[in-house]
Formats: sequence, C-alpha cells, structure tokens
Amino acid sequence: MNNNQSQLLWAYSTMQTIRAFEERMHEVFTTGEVPGFVHLYAGQEACAVGVCANLTDADYFHITHRAHGPAIARGADVTAVALEIYCRAGGLCRGRGGSAHLHDVTKKIIGANSGVGSGAALACGSALATRHRGDDGIAVALIGEGGANQGVVSEALNLASVWKLPVVFVFENNGYAEATSADYAIAGGNLSARASGFAMPEDIVDGSDYFAVSASFAKAAERARAGGGPSFLEVRNLRMFGHYEGDAQKYRPPGEVADYRENKDCLKLFRDKVTSENWLDKAELDKIDKDVAKLIDAAYETARNAPLPDPEELIHSVFATEC
Amino acid sequence: MGEKSYRNAIRETLYQEMGRDPDIILIGEDVAGGAQSEGTKKGGEEDAWGGPMGVTKGLIGEYGKQRVLDAPISEAAFIGAAIGAAAAGLRPITELMFNDFLGVCCDQIINQAAKYHYMFGGQDTIPLTVRTTMGAGLRISAQHSQSLHSIFTHFAGLKVALPSTPYEAKGLLTTAIRDNDPVIFCEHKMLYRMREDVPDESYAIPFGEARFVMDGEDVTIVAFSRMVHVATDAAKILAKQGIKCTVIDPRTTVPLDTESIFDSVDETGRLVIVDEGGPRCGIASDISAMVADEVFHALKAPIKCVTPPYALIPAAPNLEDLYVPDAAKVVAAVLGIMDA
Repeated sequence: MNNNQSQLLWAYSTMQTIRAFEERMHEVFTTGEVPGFVHLYAGQEACAVGVCANLTDADYFHITHRAHGPAIARGADVTAVALEIYCRAGGLCRGRGGSAHLHDVTKKIIGANSGVGSGAALACGSALATRHRGDDGIAVALIGEGGANQGVVSEALNLASVWKLPVVFVFENNGYAEATSADYAIAGGNLSARASGFAMPEDIVDGSDYFAVSASFAKAAERARAGGGPSFLEVRNLRMFGHYEGDAQKYRPPGEVADYRENKDCLKLFRDKVTSENWLDKAELDKIDKDVAKLIDAAYETARNAPLPDPEELIHSVFATEC
Repeated sequence: MGEKSYRNAIRETLYQEMGRDPDIILIGEDVAGGAQSEGTKKGGEEDAWGGPMGVTKGLIGEYGKQRVLDAPISEAAFIGAAIGAAAAGLRPITELMFNDFLGVCCDQIINQAAKYHYMFGGQDTIPLTVRTTMGAGLRISAQHSQSLHSIFTHFAGLKVALPSTPYEAKGLLTTAIRDNDPVIFCEHKMLYRMREDVPDESYAIPFGEARFVMDGEDVTIVAFSRMVHVATDAAKILAKQGIKCTVIDPRTTVPLDTESIFDSVDETGRLVIVDEGGPRCGIASDISAMVADEVFHALKAPIKCVTPPYALIPAAPNLEDLYVPDAAKVVAAVLGIMDA
C-alpha cells in the first residue's frame, strides 16, 4: 500500500469530489433539470477509489449504471461527466448515454453498463487484449451484488479462470439490488463463497475502509499482472441514497442510513485515520473540501447551461463505417 | 482459382485474414475441439473437430492457442469477451454455433455489441464478426434450424450478411472481418457442401451492393441465402413458360441495397420476396413495406411474400420439407400475380 502524501491527498480529494458531486445531484434532481434516472454512489466512494488507486494507464475499468462515482474515481473529467448526465453535446458520450452509460475510452473507463452483469464478460475481452499485446494491463469488472446473480457473471468467472485471464472481479455489495435485499437474493448469504467454485481466491472487505479496499485489491491486481489469473473481491458497503433518485426506500429498516452516515462514512473514517496518524493535517483536508465545492459548482453550472445535442446527432454514427 | 466448397471458402478466408492481421483471434465452442487441461492431458487429438461444422479445422495448428480459443459452453461470456476484446483493439471472430443460440447471449449481441459505438458517442469501434449457422434441412428441429437474420436486422448497429454461394461466402466474410462494426455472418448449413470456382487470392465483396443473379422484365424476385437457389430454380421453370424474372440477392440485410430493389420493381412492376425466416416482422414483410412506400406507383400487382408458415420447425422430414419454401411455391406465387 502506498501511503505517500500525494496518494493520500488524491484519494481524499477524489472521494470528496464524488461525495459532493452526488450530494449536489441529489439536490438538483428534484428540480427536474436532469433527464432520465440517476443512481448515486454516495457512501460507496472508498470502493471505486480504493480500486483505482492501484490501476495503471494500461488497465481497463468496467463499470455499471451506478456510474458517476466510479467514472470520477478513474479520472473522468468532472465537467464532462456532469455534461453527460445532463445529456448535453459536450458530454463524455455526446449526450447519448446519459447517467447510466458514462464511458471514456481515453481513461479506459468501459461501458457503464445497464446490463448489470455484462461487464464481467466484456472485462474478459479487455484482459484477452492486454495479454495479446503483452502490456501488463489488467481488467477490472466492478459489479453490484445484484448483478452478480446474472448468469453471464457465472459464465465469465468460469471463462476467466479457464483462460487464466488477468481480471479482478470486484463485487460491490451495497445491501440492495434495487429494492431487494442481498440477504434474500444471495443463496447462502455469502457471495464470495462462489469464488472457490471457480478456483479463484476471494476476499471480503469492509467497503467503508479505503485502506482495506486498496490493500486487498492491490493483492488481487498483483496476482493478475503476474499471470496468476483472476480474483474475486467482495466489498461490503451501503448506498446513502435510493436505488435511483425518487426511490422512497421503504424497504430499508428505519435508521439504517443515519447509522451508516454516523459510523461507517468512508470519508469521515479516512479523515480520522490520516489525521490521527499525522499523515495529513486537517487544514489540507479543509482546503480540498473548499476546492472540491468550487469544482462542483463550476461543473454543474457548465452542464446546466450547455447546449443539447444537435438534432442531426440522432442518426449520426450508428455505425463506425456508415452504410 | 479452383472449385471449392462453401465450407472451404470460409476456412480459406479465415486462414488468409488471420495471416494478414495478427490482431484477429478466433473464439468459439470446439473451434479447435479436443482442448484439454494442461495438467491432465489424456492424450486425445487436438483440433479433433475444427468447429462443429469442420470450418475452422487446421487453424489452431497454424495460429496457435493464443489466437484460436476453445470456449466453454457459455455464449454470453465468450461473445461478451469478444466484444470487450474488439473494443480494446483486437479484431475477434467468434462463432455462435447455431443462430438459435442467440437466446442465450442476446444481451451481448443486441445491447452490448450493437449499441457500443453509438451509445458511447462514437468513442470506440467494435470490429467483431459473429459467424453463425442458420436454416432448416438437417432434421434437427425447432432449436437448431431457424433463420433469424431478420431479428439481427432489427437492431441498429449490427450489420448482417447472408452468403448464398462459396464465392459470395469468401468475399463477404473478408469484408465482414475487415469492417469496423459488428457483423453477424449467417452461414446456411445446407450450403456447406455447395461447390463452385472460388479465387485463391483474397477479395472483398462490398456490403449493401445487391447481386443480380438473373435478369428479366416481368417479375422481380428478391431472395436471401439458400432461398436465392430456390428463387433461381423457380425463375428457370418460369422462363420455360415465357415469364422472365429478375432474381436479386441483396447479400446483406444491413446495409440493404434498397436502390437496386426499387429500380428493378420500377421496371418489372411485380415483386415476390422469398425468405426462410418466419412470415411476421421479417425481412420479407420489411422489403414489402418499403417497396409499397417508395415505388407503389410502379406496382401492377400485389407484392407477394413466400416464407414458411407461422409455425415452428419440426424434425419430421416430411413436415420440415413442407415448412421451407421451395421452387413450386415461388412459381405459384409468381403465376398468381402475372394476370394482374
């Protein structure tokens, strides 16, 4: 684990950016100015950021519909993310994907995918490509515990193991697949127990602890890079908001989110840790908070005022080679 | 130049293209066959099958295990992997053993491959070829005999090719592999043994340019894949009765050479479409609607579609033969509109 200052500052700043971005989205969504659905990542920041702390430029990061946080964690431009969620012309995907389909080929952020398990299969393909090129890249499939129940995930786990591919499957167990509890939907209650059936190592990590996620993922990534094959990581956390904005969340027990915010907030825990260990001082973190607030203000302002896509965009580039 | 089977024309194309481009990989169930775990080699023959239809035989010997990958029976995973690999810069060819198995990898093909380029704002290309088999005739019933090209055609973002002869197969597969979009390449399983002269060297047949198989001024017959031969047989029978048919093989449903079809109907005033897919929401009804929309003024008679009935494909030989359109049905359809 790399606890050097710049790494810690990056991790805090990135987690804080995601949190502020999502808190702002939660506020503005009620105004109706954001089209479609949004699925917020607040509360889960330590997972995506802990993973991305260990990625190189050669690595592919496959994400799902709960995309804002993971995309920002991997370095997507915050304004371009906001523009895409607002479906504006300058968005990451020219306004065609929206919130659930953030994608940035320059950062190898792949297919925010609403086929919630399909990233597992596509990641096998990224891994085949890196192995074919011999560039030491790995592929990460970040999938929810709900998506993990899709058949394609079991198929991909098997394929990755049979072909010994450099993939790390990160299953983010945030407690609920839409409105259905993980306790109900995962037979036996333990998702990571499936790993042994596919002959790969597994780990269960506390998703509120950035350091735990980063350390566990680093081990899996190292194994993949060394040709050791795939690994299975289950990161347990909770989301602070609903499945989508507007979700009344009556399926949750009373006080669940309040308790999580109070006791398991990854940002609070990170702050406590780095200040009590004297790795960073409070003033630095406060300054980051202020800078992030400005960044978010600017990104939302830009997005809100940007033009929608040109009408010609509707039928443009259905194919790479037009026909 | 030499006489080659449809099967061998396809194999030769794969061989030549893999030799030309080191980023082409081949993925599918039993594409080599005989794959065994390194640790527990039992001594069986590698490349025992070379694909369920024998099309890919010999490729693993030439290009090795890193480029010819036998996949477990998990179409969603390995076709998804082929898509991921295509997005990451490779040029994969994957084999969906029967087009009927679309049912188990539908999300990969219709929601991943088809949408990747457009939905992500054109950031990447998906140079993927999905080779698959179609068509009835082997007495293997409802789950291995369908012709699903119309379903693939429905999804914007996929190109769909249907080679009707060995020469066509080589030229269209070359184009499919070199194309930067996902292409569904539908090989008719009853054509694998068909033989004709096929050049040894590589050549590409452009997508979206129809082939005029026969020329005649009385009726336009549009047909795909194996039905091109059924239509041609019918046209020969009709010629003896003094009825001259134009037979058009559009080669691809996406892109579709509507111009050639419209121009021909403009001249003949009569259209019969012959297709092995089902009668509802199919390419035959699709072309019928487009012609009615664009060249209605030229029509001297109703447009006729010759397709199987709205039914499933049975294993019993007599019933399967009844299911598939034949020359007699095409002749009857043409005669039915000649008096109009």
